[in-house]
Amino acid sequence: MAKLPIDIVDLVRQFGPSLNRVPITGWSSDVEPDRVVKTHCCFCGQQCGIQLKVKDNRVIGFEPWEDFPFNQGRLCPKGVKRYMQDEHPDRLKAPLMRKEGTGFVPVSWDEAMDKVVSEIRRIQSTYGNDAFALIGGASLTNEKAYLMGKFARVAVRTANIDYNGRLCMVSAGVASKKVFGLDRSANPWSDIPKAKAILAAGSNVAECSPITTNYFWQARENGAKIIILDPRMTPIARNADLYIPVRSGGDIGVFNGMLHIMIERGWIDREFLAQHTTGWDQVEESLRKYTPEYAAKIAGVPASMIVRAADIWGPAETSFLLHARGLEHHSKGVQNCMAAMNLVLATGRIGREGCGYAMITGQGNGQGGREHGQKCDQLPGGRDIENPEHRKYIAEVWGVPEASIPRKGLTFIPILEAIHAGKIKGMLSICCNPMVSLPNNSWVREAFEKLEFFCTIDFFLSEAGRYADVVLAGSLMEEDEGTTTNVEGRVIHHRKAVDPPADARVDWKIICDLAARLGAGDKFSYNSPAEMFEELRVASKGGPNDYYGITWERVDREYGVFWPCPSLDHPGTPRLYEGGKFAHPDGKAHMQPIEWRPAAEEPDTEYPIILTTGRVVSQYLSGSQTRRIGALVDQYPQPLCEIHPLLASKLGIAEGDFVTVESRRGSVTVRANVVKTIRPDTVFVPYHWPLERAANNMTVRNIDPMSNIPEYKICAVRVKKATEPHDAISELEMQAGGVR
Amino acid sequence: MNEMEFFIDYSRCIGCKACVQACEECDTHRGVSMIHLETIMRPDSVQTAPQVCMHCEDPICAQVCPADAIKKTPDGVVQSSLKPRCIGCSNCVLACPFGVPKYRAEINQMMKCDMCYDRTSVGKRPMCATVCPSGALTYTTRENIERTRQGLAINEWQFGGEVVRTKVNVLVPRSVECIDVGLEQLGVTHTNEYDVAALLSGD
Repeated sequence: MAKLPIDIVDLVRQFGPSLNRVPITGWSSDVEPDRVVKTHCCFCGQQCGIQLKVKDNRVIGFEPWEDFPFNQGRLCPKGVKRYMQDEHPDRLKAPLMRKEGTGFVPVSWDEAMDKVVSEIRRIQSTYGNDAFALIGGASLTNEKAYLMGKFARVAVRTANIDYNGRLCMVSAGVASKKVFGLDRSANPWSDIPKAKAILAAGSNVAECSPITTNYFWQARENGAKIIILDPRMTPIARNADLYIPVRSGGDIGVFNGMLHIMIERGWIDREFLAQHTTGWDQVEESLRKYTPEYAAKIAGVPASMIVRAADIWGPAETSFLLHARGLEHHSKGVQNCMAAMNLVLATGRIGREGCGYAMITGQGNGQGGREHGQKCDQLPGGRDIENPEHRKYIAEVWGVPEASIPRKGLTFIPILEAIHAGKIKGMLSICCNPMVSLPNNSWVREAFEKLEFFCTIDFFLSEAGRYADVVLAGSLMEEDEGTTTNVEGRVIHHRKAVDPPADARVDWKIICDLAARLGAGDKFSYNSPAEMFEELRVASKGGPNDYYGITWERVDREYGVFWPCPSLDHPGTPRLYEGGKFAHPDGKAHMQPIEWRPAAEEPDTEYPIILTTGRVVSQYLSGSQTRRIGALVDQYPQPLCEIHPLLASKLGIAEGDFVTVESRRGSVTVRANVVKTIRPDTVFVPYHWPLERAANNMTVRNIDPMSNIPEYKICAVRVKKATEPHDAISELEMQAGGVR
Repeated sequence: MNEMEFFIDYSRCIGCKACVQACEECDTHRGVSMIHLETIMRPDSVQTAPQVCMHCEDPICAQVCPADAIKKTPDGVVQSSLKPRCIGCSNCVLACPFGVPKYRAEINQMMKCDMCYDRTSVGKRPMCATVCPSGALTYTTRENIERTRQGLAINEWQFGGEVVRTKVNVLVPRSVECIDVGLEQLGVTHTNEYDVAALLSGD
């Protein structure tokens, strides 16, 4: 019965998003905190250290944490205002049950849990175990990510668990495993300032990982040259040494073209390739046709830019390559990443000081959230769910028969497809808002409406939560304790600042309670997240992502510990692949020849313009948290359509005009932001907003065949001038999907 | 020379407004941000520039104040206006060459950046220079800046015939000795330096 119980406008009135603008103690300065809690920001994979001020079990403000080495007190606006999500009027404080015509009514935990368990049982006994799916999130702690994976396999006994990291960086993960043998950034961030050439592709560093900016600029103070690939001149690109305004999806042209030139000029480390890699001969063969002119056509940029990039990258003494969603969010996302990795390996510049490679994870626990079993094909420690040895080991840790552990399930988009096909009938999600974050929004909504039962664990009623039958009031990051693993692979400690308010519960207790009611209580009898971490250590032991030597005590003492860390006396591994030793059994990196191919939907005569989507600095992911913080909403209140003046004038569009951006799947009507800082064949709309302002109304659900990441970064649209909309949704406040 | 100083490097700024958001969290003026983040010419560029009070050696705001409400500390920090003295005339607002002081009608008083005097006086860094993720705003020793930055830290500005020296330093290319602030009318002067279409055509 996953349909809206009442009108959206009425739901917004009741549950927001509304704006919190003032600290709970007011703006007065004479309130002394009882204590200051050293913890981390929850709003992105950088996981900056921050201190939360607490008084009377309420978070009242923040103070920079200058001792934490990664960010040394630095924060972006999201970190600064993060505390405003606490004591928020929209906060869910009790379990809610859907009531047709009324909306949602508070119920007791027993009533809510009974309903969830009886629906899981009903659906599974009627349609089979796999007809009930679980969706997790990459902003969960490692402990909760581990718990969700175990909950799926041991308590719910479904194969179908996946998570929203599938929408984030899985292409990078798949590529890393395929090429290097391990899914992690290869270097600590302290290597960035030591590099003499930096190449960042598809990464709006200034807005999506702001703290990394200082590492880039510090590299340049040390003499580095910085190359940025992006269809938009973002703030980091403005002052780069070489900005390449690559056509969305054209990055392979730049990478292969650079390598073609580097081969001609002898800038290839053939000794390294012979000793430490396989596949170079095929790569070299494939690069033959990527002359600067051919490469330039694919990249959509002048050939001279590719030559200049090769001139900077080729002879550099040290180098660091980074990429993010701009490479990964493609139906060839894995190929994009592997082509970038070829640039790193061909020069042999990896595994030593100032030489390396990183993917910039986007979500709070983008790294750790993908390591311990909430992916459909994975068991804890990065183990493979189809590998008999791995299954046997985890079955022993969990105390269950190996045969009882389900096999590989469906990834996120195929789960939605299975809902459409009537194969999946029920779903429970945590830490995920697919009604904003998944592509082709109307198709997603139709899937939700086909569910017989939907339950979500959340602290605010997100746009997806509105479709729930039962909402279980869970916990904010600062209301629970646990670890995350930051962009560098550094395991860090989120300390608890306050208790959940009123009748809300910490997430892990909700999941353990559900497990008990499903008859698996003995496997979920944890008293604390610390106990879960102890089990996770053992479960990861000997696996690719080995946390065994990491304890919370060590994490606190050492400002985080980098995995792999196989024993208590092991120092951790900030830098991977030292001495050219890669993580494949043969110790080598496995290079792959990469051929460019077009996107699933390229522009055509009917829809002639490229749409690309992304973030703004003041919002986080689907905005379910940050669209409730007044100061952040004020900074960028509603999505704008960035459009180049050449294209705008052709379409008769001026700055501030309303425009409708329309694809074959849907549209948004927003104001135009006419700027010279974007390619004239491309428009950009940020994706943090819902409903008629959702950039994902337009995007395609085509996925990469290997990583199953959706192609958020390119689809075909047309843009036309519009009049100001005055429907009920448009009249909502901007953070709720309205427009002004 | 281990004294802590304030340094601005405009070329590092990414316009994220962490400084603006953090400034209003400062204890002495919670809820009111004193730092300005200027978007230079968004149609042409993503360039932005943070503006703190520059703490002039001979502060014009204080000179033009008829009520003697703006004081400079012995260590050179130009304070916000004194509540009992400020008459809300806005002379300072009009006179400041950097556009820093702002008149706040609800309290009938001028308020401005005092380089987080409450924080710096107890050994902390100013809030904006602590959180700034790009290092555009930095509070450190001159020795440290000279060791870690390529630019030159200068504090001399030329406004027409007027030379202004400030406590706050600005990082500039090594060839620059004084910042000559010419007249430029925003919104009229355009640049194609950051025009992606021009870059693509190879111009």
